[in-house]
Amino acid sequence: MKQFIITLITITFATLLVNCGGDSAKTSSANTLSGTVKIDGSSTVFPITEAVAEEFGKLYPKVRVTVGISGTGGGFKKYSIGETDINDASRPIKDKEIKKANENQIEFIELPVAYDGLSVVVNKNNSWLDYLTVNELHNIWKPGSQVHYWNDIRSNWPRKEIKLYGPGTDSGTFDYFTDAINGKSQSCRSDFTKSEDDNVLVQGVAGDTYALGFFGFAYYKENTDKLKIVPIDDGNGPISPSMESINNGTYSPLSRPIFIYVNPESLKRPEVDKFVEFYLAETYKLSEEVGYVGLPESLTKDIQQKYKTRSTGKWYSQK
Amino acid sequence: MNDILSRRKLKAEIFRIIATISTWSSIIILIILLGNIAWDGLSKVNWTFLNNFPSRFPHKAGIKAAIWGSIWMLALVAIIAVPIGVSAAIYLEEYAKKNKLSRFIEINIANLAGVPSIIYGILGLTIFVRFFQLDRSLLAGSLTMSLLILPVIIMAAREAIKAVPKSIRLGAFAVGATRWQTIQSHVLPAATPGIFTGVILAMSRAIGETAPLIMIGALTYVAFVPENINDPFTTLPIQIYNWVSRPQVEFHHLAAAGIIVLLVVLLTMNAAAILIRNRSLKKYKW
Repeated sequence: MKQFIITLITITFATLLVNCGGDSAKTSSANTLSGTVKIDGSSTVFPITEAVAEEFGKLYPKVRVTVGISGTGGGFKKYSIGETDINDASRPIKDKEIKKANENQIEFIELPVAYDGLSVVVNKNNSWLDYLTVNELHNIWKPGSQVHYWNDIRSNWPRKEIKLYGPGTDSGTFDYFTDAINGKSQSCRSDFTKSEDDNVLVQGVAGDTYALGFFGFAYYKENTDKLKIVPIDDGNGPISPSMESINNGTYSPLSRPIFIYVNPESLKRPEVDKFVEFYLAETYKLSEEVGYVGLPESLTKDIQQKYKTRSTGKWYSQK
Repeated sequence: MNDILSRRKLKAEIFRIIATISTWSSIIILIILLGNIAWDGLSKVNWTFLNNFPSRFPHKAGIKAAIWGSIWMLALVAIIAVPIGVSAAIYLEEYAKKNKLSRFIEINIANLAGVPSIIYGILGLTIFVRFFQLDRSLLAGSLTMSLLILPVIIMAAREAIKAVPKSIRLGAFAVGATRWQTIQSHVLPAATPGIFTGVILAMSRAIGETAPLIMIGALTYVAFVPENINDPFTTLPIQIYNWVSRPQVEFHHLAAAGIIVLLVVLLTMNAAAILIRNRSLKKYKW
């Protein structure tokens, strides 16, 4: 036993010493490109970034791409002190996050990578609901809402208690939904079942005839047999979320862009540059594979242009 | 008279039934849980799964990076936490005077064992990741985990040392041994089985923890095996957690397979420790 421990300690110190040599020289030719790309942020964007990293790894096996899921806000905290090269974000960067980054002389290039359609769903056995207007959604979800029974929404609906399900208040999804429906991010009634795990929300709505909930499109797409989608009417007739209606923007106001934010300083390292270039080129195909919706072609060109010229600051999310 | 006797017997019988039900209900729940996981995941545990990196395709995804990350972390935690924990226990039991200060330290260690693990994560993030600039490396993760399990190891080691009869120490002193000789040749070997039990419990906790690692920013997608203690890493519980939260049901099955692997690693580790413990148990008998 004693011998074993001594051996272990020796090995540890040996590896420590070897490591002091530091990163070896970085070359820029194709499969000898090495180095690291550090990514953190939203768990919503994670599946796309993971897919890109997986494909990128096949081309550049020596580049180490690592992806964390600290959440959009948690990721920005790391990004704004220079700990990561790229931040995955399921909502635009907030002003106070920009301020924090600027304090540390860190800038960002804002790059939308896909759309996600927030889906409002009800139980499969819900026979009365045909669609909801944005105004009805607002009445259901606004702070201090008086909607407690289904017939509080429309009087011919059953007088049964409505059970509400939604993501936790730390998630970008919650931020986006409340902003789009209630006009202010985080402003929402508080008496609903919250979970950070969207699968819990799926289970909740699937198991309760009088439930209503919302979450990302990918979770609806995998559970179409258990859930009924609610078409949303924002004044131009009820529209259900689908690849097409999210892509062309008719599913409004609940289709949202998701982003990566890139540190221009990191782009001086060729492995990060190559990775982002690859990301933008492949994101249309890969995002659809993992349940998101690719961006329209016209927008893709704008994004490539912004990236090429390294133009920093908010642009897309300002519109 | 007879009435009182039968009432006492009835009480005894009721207690026996309650105790039996308690035992069996926990065993049955365990069997159901294990059965459910085996049902979901057993078919997914194969060489591809063990030898592949994470992927967006469930049939290609594997846990190689997570297995190696967990093994690295456990080895480092053992190297860091066991010597420190045992030394601290020896100091508190054999050297420290029994005064207010040592009572104060004692109470604090006991309290630390009950602190939620996420607090250790915040501490690790501030001290190891940020202050010492260790980044999100294996070393930072292992140091954080070591902090987390140190109180458990210290308390178990103290109990084990305390259980060594005083006569053993006095005997050693009587033939002229110094305090160190006494500890090294008598107290420690005799306390080893008890210390090992504590270490097993502590390490089992370390292998299953996710919260502090997520807090210090351990990663989710890692497509390489860590080569040294400065490398970024992921561990089994983090990978399982990520798969469970995916929308696709195939990933949920992978999570079950990951749980099976985690259980196997855990049981192997515990079995090894129990073997070592039993070997030293045989040597010392009073």
